[in-house]
Amino acid sequence: MFVAYFLTYINSCKQLATYFCHIKTQEEKMAQSIIHKASSRGTADHGWLKSYHTFSFAGYYNPERINFGALRVLNDDFVTGGMGFGEHPHDNMEIISIPLEGDLQHKDSMGNMATIKTGEIQVMSAGTGIYHSEYNPNPEKPVKFLQIWLFPNKRNVTPRYDQQKIDDQTKNELVQILSPNSNDSGVWIYQDAWFSLGNFDAGISKTYKMHKEGNGAYIFLLEGNLEIDGKTIETRDGFGIWDTDKVEIKALNNSKFLLMEVPMQF
Amino acid sequence: MKKILIIGTHEPIVKTIARLIEKSGQFIAETAFDIAEAIQACKKHELCLILIGAGINKADEQRLAQFLKAHYPSIPVTRHYGGGSGLLCAEIYQALDILPQT
Repeated sequence: MFVAYFLTYINSCKQLATYFCHIKTQEEKMAQSIIHKASSRGTADHGWLKSYHTFSFAGYYNPERINFGALRVLNDDFVTGGMGFGEHPHDNMEIISIPLEGDLQHKDSMGNMATIKTGEIQVMSAGTGIYHSEYNPNPEKPVKFLQIWLFPNKRNVTPRYDQQKIDDQTKNELVQILSPNSNDSGVWIYQDAWFSLGNFDAGISKTYKMHKEGNGAYIFLLEGNLEIDGKTIETRDGFGIWDTDKVEIKALNNSKFLLMEVPMQF
Repeated sequence: MKKILIIGTHEPIVKTIARLIEKSGQFIAETAFDIAEAIQACKKHELCLILIGAGINKADEQRLAQFLKAHYPSIPVTRHYGGGSGLLCAEIYQALDILPQT
């Protein structure tokens, strides 16, 4: 009798422990999110350059908008024909450029000279220091591109440069264009980050699963309307989500977007 | 005017950062190319901030942190990223907890 009571008591304790652990797990896993409306971005207009800054950059400073985990810069740039950024330095930063329309000519202190075209991605690990310039080589046609900077997971690396074609034609799938692994799809960087492009028809839903625990996802909507985690975003809005291992994305109409999975602690 | 010390081993980048800091009109920039020079600069100047740039290894960063803790605990130290371009102002404002002058 005593043994039976004792076993029942132990079992109840186990059930209680499981219940409280479950509650704690649920609390720990409660997804958090933030929307950065396109209209709330910082702006710079230098005539030849129009730039929208999702996070504090150059003359735009908002202490509430510094970074999303390791994602520090998301600039939506427009450069008029024949113009560009003269030679300037970088260090200790992973710099990714993705042309959306037009071409961008790159020249750097490592001797690289290349033109990045729409449908390509360029990555530069600035490490101990690099100088480069970026120009729009077409005198008549503007270039629109995303400039993205991530904090590296390793300081003072030897600078490196890479450029690859990306699959921007596949529809209704998430296409990986960047990872931390040199043998994986897309370019690689010194950070536990994964980027994917989405080109979804209206009504398509996909679940994105995080590659690494503790990572968050930042979705920048290039065009269309998406529903993410039950919230709607519009063209050029940004949506950050963390404390979750997956993200539900639904296209409310034909939509193109960039999903950036990045460490929230680094 | 308040002084900011930039430490880094890449001389052209350190000089670019110094030029950009002085261009703001709010600060005077001092430079050091290794930790020994940085320690001398701390003794010589009344600094409001130290920016650690590229090329300074962890052991040197720790050596500087220990020196500052012992002698100048109120000077904030922050890592500089990006080589003097778009992040510099935000790093300074964040470290000093100030807003840009309008």
